[in-house]
Amino acid sequence: MNSNRSHTSRTSRRVLITGSGPITAFGLGIEPLWEAVLEGRTGIRAIERFDASDFAVPFAGVLPRDGFDVRKIVPKSYRKATKVMARDTELAVGAAAVAVSDAGLLTRASEPESEPTYPPARTGCHIGAGLIAADVDELTLATSTSTTADGEFDIADWGENGMGNLTPLWLLKYLPNMLACHVTIIHDCQGPSNTITCAEASSGLSLGESRRVISRGHADLCLSGGAESKINPMGMLRQQFAGRLAEVGPDVDPARIVRPYASDAAGGVLGEGGGILVLEALECARDRGIEPIAEFAGFGSSQAMASDSMGLLYDERDRSVVDAIGAALRSAGCGPDDVDAILPLGSGIPEMDDVDARAIKAVFGDRAARIPLITLVPYIGLCGAGLGAIAVSLAAQCLREQRLPARIGVEDAGAHGLDSGPAEARDADLSRVLVFTTSLGGQNVAILLERWKGDWDR
Amino acid sequence: MNDSSRVVVTGMGWITPLGFSLEEVWSKLTSASSGMQPITRFDASTFPTTFAAEVKDYDFSEYVRDTSIHETAALNSRFALGAARQAWGQAGLDDSGDLDRSRIGIYLGAGEGVLDTENYLRTNLSAWDPTARAVDGSRWIASALQLMNASREIEQEPNMPIAHLAREFGVTGPAFNCLTACAASTQAIGEACDIISRGEADAMISGGTHTMIHPLGVTGFNRLTALSTYDGDPAEASRPFDRTRGGFVMGEGSGIVILESLEHARSRGATPLAEIIGYGSSCDAFRITDIQPDGRGAAAAMEMALAQAGIDPHNVVDGRPPIDYVSAHGTGTQENDSIETRAIKRVFGELAPSIPMSSIKSMMGHLIAAAGSVELITCILAIRNGELPPTRNLHNPDDDLDLDYVPNVSRKAVVDTCLSNNFGFGGQNDTLIVTRFVE
Repeated sequence: MNSNRSHTSRTSRRVLITGSGPITAFGLGIEPLWEAVLEGRTGIRAIERFDASDFAVPFAGVLPRDGFDVRKIVPKSYRKATKVMARDTELAVGAAAVAVSDAGLLTRASEPESEPTYPPARTGCHIGAGLIAADVDELTLATSTSTTADGEFDIADWGENGMGNLTPLWLLKYLPNMLACHVTIIHDCQGPSNTITCAEASSGLSLGESRRVISRGHADLCLSGGAESKINPMGMLRQQFAGRLAEVGPDVDPARIVRPYASDAAGGVLGEGGGILVLEALECARDRGIEPIAEFAGFGSSQAMASDSMGLLYDERDRSVVDAIGAALRSAGCGPDDVDAILPLGSGIPEMDDVDARAIKAVFGDRAARIPLITLVPYIGLCGAGLGAIAVSLAAQCLREQRLPARIGVEDAGAHGLDSGPAEARDADLSRVLVFTTSLGGQNVAILLERWKGDWDR
Repeated sequence: MNDSSRVVVTGMGWITPLGFSLEEVWSKLTSASSGMQPITRFDASTFPTTFAAEVKDYDFSEYVRDTSIHETAALNSRFALGAARQAWGQAGLDDSGDLDRSRIGIYLGAGEGVLDTENYLRTNLSAWDPTARAVDGSRWIASALQLMNASREIEQEPNMPIAHLAREFGVTGPAFNCLTACAASTQAIGEACDIISRGEADAMISGGTHTMIHPLGVTGFNRLTALSTYDGDPAEASRPFDRTRGGFVMGEGSGIVILESLEHARSRGATPLAEIIGYGSSCDAFRITDIQPDGRGAAAAMEMALAQAGIDPHNVVDGRPPIDYVSAHGTGTQENDSIETRAIKRVFGELAPSIPMSSIKSMMGHLIAAAGSVELITCILAIRNGELPPTRNLHNPDDDLDLDYVPNVSRKAVVDTCLSNNFGFGGQNDTLIVTRFVE
């Protein structure tokens, strides 16, 4: 036994949000998203990337075709590497560029070249990711030369010849940690980096991990969040198989597909997108004189127990959601009365809406009906691993602007007795907003954001 | 440091190509046995690589209370259920009556479930439009709904092993899955320790599980030229630190540990098997395909872990180096083994040659996301058994690789403190330090 061992004490630091980089159906950054949710204008539109007309819902929250070109976002020297980026990675790279600029940071990617704001070793990166589907056209083109006379896949020919059709780096497009890999290379983040893969909870869990890493002193700043695009045949099929999608025809009003908490809620719609936030230790943000967007005050997570083999059904799932929310409130030193608005999953999937509603009622009791809910999915769709970071960006914006977005998709007060009916954008007195997300697979994550009032020394 | 922030391991279990129990696998490792054989999972006879270390004759039903609640579980979840049952049993958690299961969490570094290759490729080909060089969306979804199976698709989501473990053990605390390629389960264990230290959970089920032994998994690594394509006896294919090393050999399986705050372990009378005292994590931020050549990132992870453990890497105590054994990432690729050696020298300086370091991937293969979990368990068994597992197939020394790699034959040694490294494709580096438990 080494006798000279001395345990270092673990520090605990306050963590602030100092940069926000959502990428959504409205494009890059918080401004176009904010503008849309104030106007009550959905970003759900017909899918044009492939013929989705026979899928359950041929609509999604996709970026406009000319909305985003990753090659224009990365440094010139990195353009070649964009060829090996899956769509999910492109989204993460775009979001990170916006977040870095929003936080006023200089990194290796900054032009002209300059000293980075933070030493690379003190900069972490946590980006949640989904199960990335291979590009179906690229893979099928490669396998199409390895078929038997009756058109079946010929594995013997594939092993000998066909696999050579795939680019050598093919696998690297689809490893989930490639989102963080590219972002860390572009911005030179050499601190801790992780890739959480817990479906819709991925972003929130990543933000929680960044907070923990900063809090224990292993980084001063983290680029954190998640991104995903399921807008491809395989991604959409899996969600359709999981029973999470609405079934609609081509003539439906895209703004009315997702109806969170409504009595006629009938399923979700997918989106592509994500968000990177800049999380920063309070004393570091103060030293460089940046005005935070909000304080990351509390975090909690939990797991629900599935009652079926596939992890789709849950007994009393709301109880585990209550645990996650309770942990977030406790870690912020707050109680339920301190929460002024809630941004829940709000998927419009009736079973999931029911879980949200029960959890909200269990935590907030009599106040539940009076706390305004912010519903995001009718605007951008279910963005998988990217959803939670967009939600946190939006909640932080609400705190900064002291305004609540319009609620769309629904026509009446809804089935659950919550404040979730149609509403215009409005001013509101907001000190704290709770964001919580539940995943397909049972992970629950809750984040409490607090309005920044300049109290550096609390 | 008080008892609530010290984290101990109280249970371990694994399902590996070398067997399914701690004792069996340990005796294979210390006798330098190999798990590599021709691939049986699919016809790989024409692939550049035709062999792997497969888990054979594994029946997960022996490890679960009720197979019906896991009937659709993919192979990765089945491996994890077996490993976790052993760990849970060794930790004596079934006998701890009044457990608060909302204070027990799960943090895995689990890989995705296995692709339904046959039906997936058949669906794609049936919808292929050679003129447009694209699949036809309508034909694709019609085929997919006919050929593919909902549970096989959903069970591929990398968070499904957590869902199965939560169901089996009734735990509902903090739950995470990370997937940083070959570093995943080391990172999972490190972060799980931090969650316990901060008081966010009393105990965590942690580790990893993975298999990529399927046609497109082998294809992917073959195209990257990362796999050994050795044409002799597969048992000689994985040759970490040997001059003739030619790539890694795929393994599969799961390693699971039960981590607990010392306070919680004590309160229920559990026996700590070892204590985790250091964790470090860094990122190369260098290139998509290459490791930073100076070993900067690997060294940073080790230094962070050593600092957390309060160990000075240049300090000799009672004639012994500060670390008794390093479990190397040691994949057997030219690049990894050179750079890992460089990083060890960078961290330990002139003490580096006096620290034995070996790679069990030479015997068990590379369990990808699960590699770190079985390697941490190996470290704890080395401490408990006073023996170091060897690096098999190390016959041709490489001029630049001049450390003590414990070649070919296991070695008796006094082992108190071990360091375990894993580095992921994509640049993530993770290090854990585990030590003999003393009050």
